[in-house]
Amino acid sequence: MADYSTQELMIIAAAREIRDGELVFVGMRLPITAYGVARLTHAPNAVGMFEGGVTRYAPAEETLYTMCDPANQRNAAWTTGLIQVMGHLQAGRVDAGFIGGAEIDKWGNINTSYIGGHEDVQVKLPGSGGAADIAAMSRRLIAIMNHEKRRLVERVSYITSPGYIDGEGGRAEAGIAVGGPAAVITDKAVLRPHGPQNELHLSSVHPGHTADEVIENTGWELKTAPGMSETPAPGETEMTALHQVDREGFWR
Amino acid sequence: MIEKICSLSDAVRDLVRDGDGVVIGASLETAIPFAATYEIIRQGKKNLEMIAPISDASTDMLIGAGCVGTVTGAWVGNVSGGLGHNYRRAAENQIPHALDINDYSNFTIGMALFAGAYGLPYAPVRSILGSDIINSNPAFKMATNPFSTETEPVVLVPPVKPDVAILGVQRADAAGNNHYWGSSGLAQEAALAAERVIIVADEIVEPDVISSDPSRVLVPGFRVAAVCHVPAGTHPAPLTGRWQRDSAFFNDYHARSRDVDGYKAWLDEWVFAVEDAPGYAKKLGDRLSALKIAGSQDAAHANYAAE
Repeated sequence: MADYSTQELMIIAAAREIRDGELVFVGMRLPITAYGVARLTHAPNAVGMFEGGVTRYAPAEETLYTMCDPANQRNAAWTTGLIQVMGHLQAGRVDAGFIGGAEIDKWGNINTSYIGGHEDVQVKLPGSGGAADIAAMSRRLIAIMNHEKRRLVERVSYITSPGYIDGEGGRAEAGIAVGGPAAVITDKAVLRPHGPQNELHLSSVHPGHTADEVIENTGWELKTAPGMSETPAPGETEMTALHQVDREGFWR
Repeated sequence: MIEKICSLSDAVRDLVRDGDGVVIGASLETAIPFAATYEIIRQGKKNLEMIAPISDASTDMLIGAGCVGTVTGAWVGNVSGGLGHNYRRAAENQIPHALDINDYSNFTIGMALFAGAYGLPYAPVRSILGSDIINSNPAFKMATNPFSTETEPVVLVPPVKPDVAILGVQRADAAGNNHYWGSSGLAQEAALAAERVIIVADEIVEPDVISSDPSRVLVPGFRVAAVCHVPAGTHPAPLTGRWQRDSAFFNDYHARSRDVDGYKAWLDEWVFAVEDAPGYAKKLGDRLSALKIAGSQDAAHANYAAE
């Protein structure tokens, strides 16, 4: 039995999506820890932005409950306004952005607004926050989700945050110049777009899970990508970095 | 100097009117003047249009209390708990009554306030292309960039001009001049777009404290209608260098607001049974002391000498 939790594996998988020197729109909870791990391992020159207006080099040392907590303000690289940081998105300067979601479809579109759709609301979710902006304007989008059949659906009932919309050329047709989902990290697997349609395919299965189980828990006919593999287990360096970032063991 | 100090009860009574467009905190999770949220509920204001990027659980509380007719914003919920139970009840089952929802993203509500602040007829943006927000909120219009040689769609965002913006700051003088530090979200745009600004200050200081560092001013006093001295007036939201976030309070609200009766009991305990902001601080007692940031980490000295 390997000595890491599912959430720790997800954090390390998310950290691996960040490249050195990149400007990253971080977001709360799991991605903030992933950003810290990336900084301590392979991406020491990454820069993190938070939509409230905080920009940081090193992540905060304390456990954060929100991105605007006093500990995230102290020794920040920049504390400014929302337009100043989200303007970096619009200017095409943000390499990678992280978001979560309640519902995602095979084109990577994410719904955090209306389950059932706008006209037939079954569940009113909080709404976009900055997610629609991050999804439309980051160069790469990384989504973090729980892998459940009701969450990974054929077609979302409302697109809050655009993925590839309806497949090949969907973003270009909508007038979006860049970006799209690069990875969807779940508690069972990593999905990535594949082929001209950019449909999400099974890219790697986390240790302890099987491709059949992942497919069974997906609401569309999930295809496997060529070279589908097992998600590499966290390495020693990655785990050391994670323990350094997650001092209190919140994700253990 | 025009003295603008008054009690928060007076400011809300005189400056927040039924049907107004209201901003309560626009710095996302920080500096939200919850003291104003509670006072608006106590005074039974009606049919407000709440304008916000993310004001944590403040908007959910107001919706449950029947104060809100319209939500114009990007997000309503509870940052600690996720969903906003009162928002759900209103949107799904019209409890306590129906709600109009104008969907925005954080950036588009930001640019709407920016346009409102600086008199732009509209703000063109590249965001929300491909999002159903364009379809569910008829306020947005699609256009083609007239400066591009290729066909390049843009979204036109009309200005949003709140009637009142109520904002939390660390310190202010009696004329409403103020200092704010830490990330500010859309607080400055909201203040400058608004017809009336109410400043909820953690501390009242002499005017020369504010004038000693004009680069730290969020909004100058000449644009401020009232300044209210409410120590810890942002509780349970944090305030940089002054107060930690009371996350347990948000979790408790989330759990108790799950059903209408639980929410009403919460409201009775924390809003109606408390007379005003000082009474609220007294009820918090030791809990508030534990949230006070006791440490000191001063910014470097900045010289403004001119001779």
